[in-house]
Amino acid sequence: MRQETKKNCMKKSKSLALNKWGLILMTIFMGQFSWSQGNFTGNIESTFQYLNDDPVINALQPPSKGLVNSYMNVFYTNSGFKAGMRLESYLPRIQGYPNRFDGTGLGMRYAGYVNSKVDVTVGHFYEQFGNGLALRAYEDRALGYDNVLDGARIIFKPTKGIQLKAVYGKQRLSFEAGRVINSGGIVRGIDADIHLNETVKKLSTFPLDVLLGGSFVSKYQMDDDDQLILPENVGAYGGRINLKYKNFRMDGEYIQKEQDPSLDNGKIYNFGHAAVVNFGYSKKGIGFSLSAKSVDNMSYRSDRNKELQDVFINYLPALNKTHTYNLVATLYPYATQPLGEVAYQADFLYSLKKGSTLGGKYGTTLGINASTTYRPVQHTSGINPLDSSRVAYETHVFDKSDSLYWRDINVNITRRINKKLLLLVSYFNIVINNDIAKVSNDATGIISSHIGVVEASYKINSKHNIRVELQGMFVNKKDDGAINDKGNWATALVEYTVSPSYFVSFLNQYNYGNPDASKRVNYPNVTCGYIHESTRVMASYGRQRAGLFCVGGVCRFVPANNGLTLSFTQSF
Amino acid sequence: MKHFFILLVMSLPILGKAQPLHTDSLDLKKVPSVLLKDINGKEVNTALFGFDGPVVISFWATWCAPCKKELMAIHDLYEDWQTETGVNLVAVSIDDEKTKRDVITYVNGKAWDYTILLDPNGDFKRSMGVNNVPHTFLLDKNGNIVYTHNNYAPGDEEKLYEEIKKLSIE
Repeated sequence: MRQETKKNCMKKSKSLALNKWGLILMTIFMGQFSWSQGNFTGNIESTFQYLNDDPVINALQPPSKGLVNSYMNVFYTNSGFKAGMRLESYLPRIQGYPNRFDGTGLGMRYAGYVNSKVDVTVGHFYEQFGNGLALRAYEDRALGYDNVLDGARIIFKPTKGIQLKAVYGKQRLSFEAGRVINSGGIVRGIDADIHLNETVKKLSTFPLDVLLGGSFVSKYQMDDDDQLILPENVGAYGGRINLKYKNFRMDGEYIQKEQDPSLDNGKIYNFGHAAVVNFGYSKKGIGFSLSAKSVDNMSYRSDRNKELQDVFINYLPALNKTHTYNLVATLYPYATQPLGEVAYQADFLYSLKKGSTLGGKYGTTLGINASTTYRPVQHTSGINPLDSSRVAYETHVFDKSDSLYWRDINVNITRRINKKLLLLVSYFNIVINNDIAKVSNDATGIISSHIGVVEASYKINSKHNIRVELQGMFVNKKDDGAINDKGNWATALVEYTVSPSYFVSFLNQYNYGNPDASKRVNYPNVTCGYIHESTRVMASYGRQRAGLFCVGGVCRFVPANNGLTLSFTQSF
Repeated sequence: MKHFFILLVMSLPILGKAQPLHTDSLDLKKVPSVLLKDINGKEVNTALFGFDGPVVISFWATWCAPCKKELMAIHDLYEDWQTETGVNLVAVSIDDEKTKRDVITYVNGKAWDYTILLDPNGDFKRSMGVNNVPHTFLLDKNGNIVYTHNNYAPGDEEKLYEEIKKLSIE
């Protein structure tokens, strides 16, 4: 039938082909014909919780008993045309999510056009300039973090190696009664990147690879203060450079922010800065990197009266490794102090050769990582913070004091013993200043912890595998001999997988060292899941301790809970 | 004017039924075009990797233990896979600025031979509908997505290889 229609069409069209209008129209329609397919992609995610009261761990049953978060993204592209949207639903939101998220509705939508020279988007868009120190709009579903910009963006590539971007928009603050609520301020910015070796023909074979960039961002918010004259337009600008020579690479970025009195900084009129420098050397089998970061008065939001994780225009990454083992990752995580810090990190990874004495038959990898963060020096001599300038102190780039905020030294060895058995041994020493980077209400001053982890993975046959993790955390005593924070912890995990579709795991965390004997409790949790291609269904039941849940140095507090969690994810 | 209407009416069935004429590629999806940088700073268009044979796209991160296990397991087999099927693996790191600098250290430290792309703001991750990592996609030589898997358990690499071999037989 279809075939027939097609034939008929072709025949009739032919008879019209002599007519020049016919020809033109044919071209248009044939153009549309090849146009009409397009490409849909997207995903669905739904998480349901049924929670119980559990007075031992201070977990409360929410009034609605059940909680559910759902999302669906749909993206469409067709030749140069693009469009997308996300539907969100919180009925009500799951635990730990920002408490003003509720209802069902459109959380994001955009349309745009792309070709090899330009990319135009109107509506919502995510964007990052350089390292994100001046501007980064991004989302993290797991955290409930979304500072997407709503407005317009244009990316222009005039010639090879050059990219220019311009953005204009308002930031998403919240999602209430099924509608996105934007922050009051307007954000606009321009960014340029030039890859010299591509742009300048003579440099195309030059061994030193050079990339230069610069950005200027500005926010506008009305002066809402009846005592101070607040700057309504606040700029943040700077430059960056990336160099690469053989196995060496170096990059750096410096951003300065203009006077931006805000709730965060106590309405001072200081300028702010953020600087990062990285140096690295790596070749097959060995990798080494050194990084440094200096931040002062760099909280930059599109609404000066907001706090916590709301409407940040920029992103200040914490300079430390993101850990994955349960006790290491969630009890004492560190996030950047936007008001000021100086941080350093060194990272080293080395693969011992397969077949060597130390490397063994299947090879061994050794990783060492260390990071520290300090309070910057704020010089106040000769400065009256209450004078009409309202400049509170003076500081310099990388001007660090001895006051420690964070330190992490960790070593990790991975060794395949034979075809079936893989062993991983890790040690972590984490020190965090709880008075500054608050991670616990039970602790005071510096918390210092030693954590050891042994992990073994044993392949029973080509499909079945068992994995075991044992973790111990030992927290130092305070000067007066009392136990700091919640004391020592132990964790055990057993996971059984059947490739490619099933898994089941059992996790227990035991706070055996808690100074309060009634809180020396177990947190057992059992999880099982089914995976078919890009469909994933998971169920878990048990206790979850309160803690900070962090992704990329941004954290949210998740209260303790006890109950059932079901989750479904699907990509298409 | 008359011709216009005739043509318009005649064209409707073509427009309406355009898809069935391409039966081969109807259900198959292509990779959306996103511009990313590889670890050497070179720009790569995700719709045009430029490989001849099948391509595996693996989303991973330095903080994702199962992702790293998957890429380690494939690393031990990669040479054989390449000689037998001509497959290439593109490992897309979703590390953001916090851990992006660790990617090159990690990849070289592990002596991986994959093409490594950086997706620090999640643009490619979002456009591919990736909920969480690891998430693996297999493309045939024409760039159609023929298999996906959102997890890693030891042994999954063998299932992936079976799917790759199916492509090289075709």
